[in-house]
Parts: sequence; structure tokens; C-alpha cells
Amino acid sequence: MTLNPPMSVMGKRGTTVAAKVQARLREGYHCNSNTPSDEYLIPLKLTWTAPGALQVADVKYPKPSMEKYAFSDKPLSVFSGVFDIVTEFKIPADAKPGQTTVAGKVKYQACDDRACYPPKTLDVQFPVIVE
Amino acid sequence: MNNPQKLFVAALMSVAVMTSCMREQSVRAAVKDSKTRKAAPDFSLKDVNGKVVKLSDYKGKVVLLNFWATWCGPCKIEIPWFKEFETTYKNQGFAVLGVAMDDDGWEAVKPYLTDKQVNYRVVVGNEQVSQLYGDVESLPTTFVIDREGRIASMHIGLVSKGDYATEIKQLLTGDKPVSATAAGY
Repeated sequence: MTLNPPMSVMGKRGTTVAAKVQARLREGYHCNSNTPSDEYLIPLKLTWTAPGALQVADVKYPKPSMEKYAFSDKPLSVFSGVFDIVTEFKIPADAKPGQTTVAGKVKYQACDDRACYPPKTLDVQFPVIVE
Repeated sequence: MNNPQKLFVAALMSVAVMTSCMREQSVRAAVKDSKTRKAAPDFSLKDVNGKVVKLSDYKGKVVLLNFWATWCGPCKIEIPWFKEFETTYKNQGFAVLGVAMDDDGWEAVKPYLTDKQVNYRVVVGNEQVSQLYGDVESLPTTFVIDREGRIASMHIGLVSKGDYATEIKQLLTGDKPVSATAAGY
């Protein structure tokens, strides 16, 4: 998987901004969605470990696909190809103006149609300009 | 039936026989020639009761060594097969040994074993044993080991129950070729 965060995000104090992280999986691979269909499966999860001056209001995942594979009894809730995860950040009214960096991690676990690969965690970060 | 039709049927039958022979050969070919088999690296890991398990403890038995994880979908398909093999072939000198590669170790694995009623021995693996077996990353990765402790076959990803059964029977009977139907699958 590769991640493509925004080049930068700009917002005024006391407002909410949206930041889109684009994820791309290689063809032939899929990963569990954020709401997998089995309790043992590892969900995809974006966690903002260092939101800086911002507060995380909501993380919105795309609608997953329900796909049937040879190795599953029932359809699995998965992401594949290119998909976006959108985070809403609140900029507090008393946030210090200027540039800051927001950092986070995306954990995911991918498979192809016959085998699965260990869970991985990717770092993601982007600059935020508070006005 | 006229001549062209007879020729067509004969051709179809020839293809069927050839395909069947090729399948027999391909299943036999999956088990390496005994002269080319390499020793399965020994390791020492703990089972769910904390008891140390060494691969060398199994010398004299045919072993299906399965690297898996609780989060692995294809692995879940194989587990019932392996439970059946353990029951069916146990008295002939066969054993399944599962190596769980969960980062969370027994915290994740133990309840899973109870939930799935796994009847064979499972140990929790580590980076060292993964490296010994060629840096296992894809799961499931399964090795079938002969009575002399040598790797007879290796499978990455999901394969068919029948293929495993054929290999196990072949090794249990002293490397005599066995057809998939004779193996009961």
C-alpha cells in the first residue's frame, strides 16, 4: 500500500477542515476494511498520533466492497485499488497561528486471492497552516 | 457413430487419459525426490501449555508444518482439513504442527484454538524460526516433512485438501506414489 496525504491544509481558528489521505493498493491485493466481517480479521485503521494544534473530529472511511474469495466462506468487507480516508479536524479558536505538522499511522492487513501478508503500519503526515 | 465421430471421441478419451496422467505426475512432482530433500531446520518453541516443542521430537513421523495466523483467511479454510488429517493419520505416524505467527502471541492464539477446537499441537513462532524457513511472509506457508526430518514439499498460499492428502499418504507409505482417489480425496 502507498499513501498520498494532502500537500498542505489551511484553515482559520474556530473552524473545521477536511484532510484527505489517498490510499492505493497494488492490483491483485485487497485489505480488510475498517469494519471487517470476521472478529479475527485486522481492520484498516487511521490513527492521528500527533494532531498538533488540531483536534480530530471524525475519520471517515469509504464504503467497503463485499467480495467473495476462494478462501472465504462468506463475502469479505474489503478495500482495493484507490480509496480515500477523510479526516475532519477542528481548529480550536485559541490555536496558535502558523504552520504545524499533523502525523499519524495507517495500519492494514492485505491478502491476494490465495495468501495473506502480515499487518503493516505506514506513517503519514502533512503540514497545516493555521490562520 | 460415424468415423469422424469415433475419431473425436477417441481424441477426447486420449486427452482425458493424458490429463489424468499429468495430474498424477504433477501431484507426485510436488513431493521432491527423496535424494534431493534438505533437512528441515530444527527449532524449539513453546506450546499453549508452555511446554517446549522441538521439531526433532517428531523424527520418525511425517509432519505437516503449517505457518499460519489468526488473521489469515486462507489459513482458516485449511484448519478443518488439518484437524481431519491429524485424526485420520495419527496412528500411522503423522502429526500436524502449527506455527502461529500472530504478533500478539498466545493472547490472540489461545482463544482461537479453543474456538476452532484445534486438535493438533500449535506453537507460537518468532522471527528466528521464520528466517530458518526462508523468511516466511505469505500465510499460509506449509511444509510437509518426511520421517527422516527432510522437507518433501513446500506450499505457499492455499492449496487443495486432496494434494495434501496425496503427499501425506505417499510419505506415510514410504514414498510410494498414491493417486488422489486412493488417498480418498
